[in-house]
Amino acid sequence: MIRITVIDREGKEHLLEAPTDMHMNVMELCKAYELAVKGTCGGMAMCSTCHVYILSDTKLPDMKPEEEDMLDQAFFVDSRSRLGCQLMISPEMDGLKVRLAPEED
Amino acid sequence: MIQTDLIIIGAGPVGLFTVFEAGLLKLRCHLVDILPQPGGQLTEIYPKKPIYDIPGLPSILAKDLTANLIKQIQPFRPTFSLGERAEKLERTDTGDWRVTTSEGTLVQGKVVVLAAGLGSFEPRKPPIPALARYENKGVDYFIKDPEKYRDKDILIAGGGDSALDWTLDLVDVARTVWLVHRRSEFRGAPDSIEKVMRLVEMGQVHLLTNAQVIDVHGDQERLRQVVISSEEMGQFTQNVDHFIPLFGLTPKLGPLEHWGLETSKEGVQVSFPHYETNVPGIFAVGDINTYEGKLKLILCGFHEATLMVQRAFHYVHPDQKLSFKYTTVMGEQGLLKKAESL
Repeated sequence: MIRITVIDREGKEHLLEAPTDMHMNVMELCKAYELAVKGTCGGMAMCSTCHVYILSDTKLPDMKPEEEDMLDQAFFVDSRSRLGCQLMISPEMDGLKVRLAPEED
Repeated sequence: MIQTDLIIIGAGPVGLFTVFEAGLLKLRCHLVDILPQPGGQLTEIYPKKPIYDIPGLPSILAKDLTANLIKQIQPFRPTFSLGERAEKLERTDTGDWRVTTSEGTLVQGKVVVLAAGLGSFEPRKPPIPALARYENKGVDYFIKDPEKYRDKDILIAGGGDSALDWTLDLVDVARTVWLVHRRSEFRGAPDSIEKVMRLVEMGQVHLLTNAQVIDVHGDQERLRQVVISSEEMGQFTQNVDHFIPLFGLTPKLGPLEHWGLETSKEGVQVSFPHYETNVPGIFAVGDINTYEGKLKLILCGFHEATLMVQRAFHYVHPDQKLSFKYTTVMGEQGLLKKAESL
C-alpha cells in the first residue's frame, strides 16, 4: 500500500491509500474514491477525462505514443500533463501528488 | 417519414444486435446515429483494438466485430439515418413515438430503444470562451464544403489525421493555410505527415508547432483574428478568415437529457427485467443505461437487448402472444423466412 495525494477541481486535497498489487492505475484509484474523474474510455488512453498534472517529482513511467497522441486532442495541456489511466500504481509512486485538470465543457 | 416498429437511437454494437433479436420476433428497426458509419465507439474510438470478452470469439478487433454484426443483421434489412442526431421526441395522436433528427428526418414507431452509449459524438471544442460567439461565423469544427474556404486565409489546429488531411485538401483552395499543433511530432498516417512537411518546405503551408490558439477576436459580423501562443515566438495575433479546430470527437448525452427520462450520473435508469425506462415504451440498453449491478460491457448490452425486445414486442403487437424459439430450431430457412416477412 502506498499513498497518493490528489487535489480535486475545487482545490481540496485527498490523501489516498493505493494498493500496488491490484494492477490499478491512477484513474481507477480516483474513481474508486469517488473523485470526479470520468474515465470515459475505460483506460485505453482514448479520451482525456483522466488528465492530471504531476505536482511531485516522482519518477513515472515514460509516456507511450498513444498517451502523447491523446494529449494532443486534450486541452489545458502543459509539461506536467499525464493521463491518469496510463500511470500504473507501483511502489515507486509512493508520495505522488497530482491535480485533476479542468473538465472540458 | 419513416415508419418502423423500433426506433433505435445509436448504431453501436448493442443497437446493431438489437436489430437481430427484434428481427427474430419479426419487428422492424430503424437506426439513427450521429456518426456517418455504424459501430459507435468500436469504429470511432478503438477500431483496431482486440476485444477478448465476446463469448465464443477469443479475440476480435472492434472493427471486425462491427462488420460481423452488420452481416448478422443484414437479412432483417434494417434502415439507417446516419450522420443525424436524434433531436426531438414526441408522442403522436395515435400513441406512436416520433423522433426528429438534426437533418429534419422524421421517424415514427411504436417503441424507442436508446442504445446511445455515451451519447452522441461531437467535436471537441477548445476551451476558449469567445469561440462560441463565432461558431459558423468563421469558426468551424468540421468541414462540409471545401469551396467555402476558396481564397480565404484559414487556420487549422490539431495534430491528427483530420488536421493533416484537411491541410492537404485545402492547400490548393484557400489563399493561405496555417497549421498549428501543440507539439512537434504528428500522429496520423506517415504518408500525410510527409506530404504536409513537403508543403511546409515549399512555403505553401505555414506550420507552427509547440503552439496553441489561446483566444479569438472578431466583430459583430465574424471572426477576424486568432491569438497564438508559441514556444518559439511567444504570443501574437494573426488575421484569419476561418479557424478550424480539429481535436477529434467526444461523446455528449445531448438532447436525450431533455426527453423526460429518469437519469443519474451513471446513465438512464431502467427497470428489471426488460430494461424499460420510467416512460413506458422507451427502453435503454447498453452503456447508456444503469441499474443495480450494471456493467458497461458489450456482452451485457447484447443480453439486455435480447430481454428488452420480448417486452417491446407487446407494444407493437398488443394482441399477439409471443412464442420463443431457438435459432437452431428455426434453422437458416426459418430465419430467412422471418426476415423476408419484415
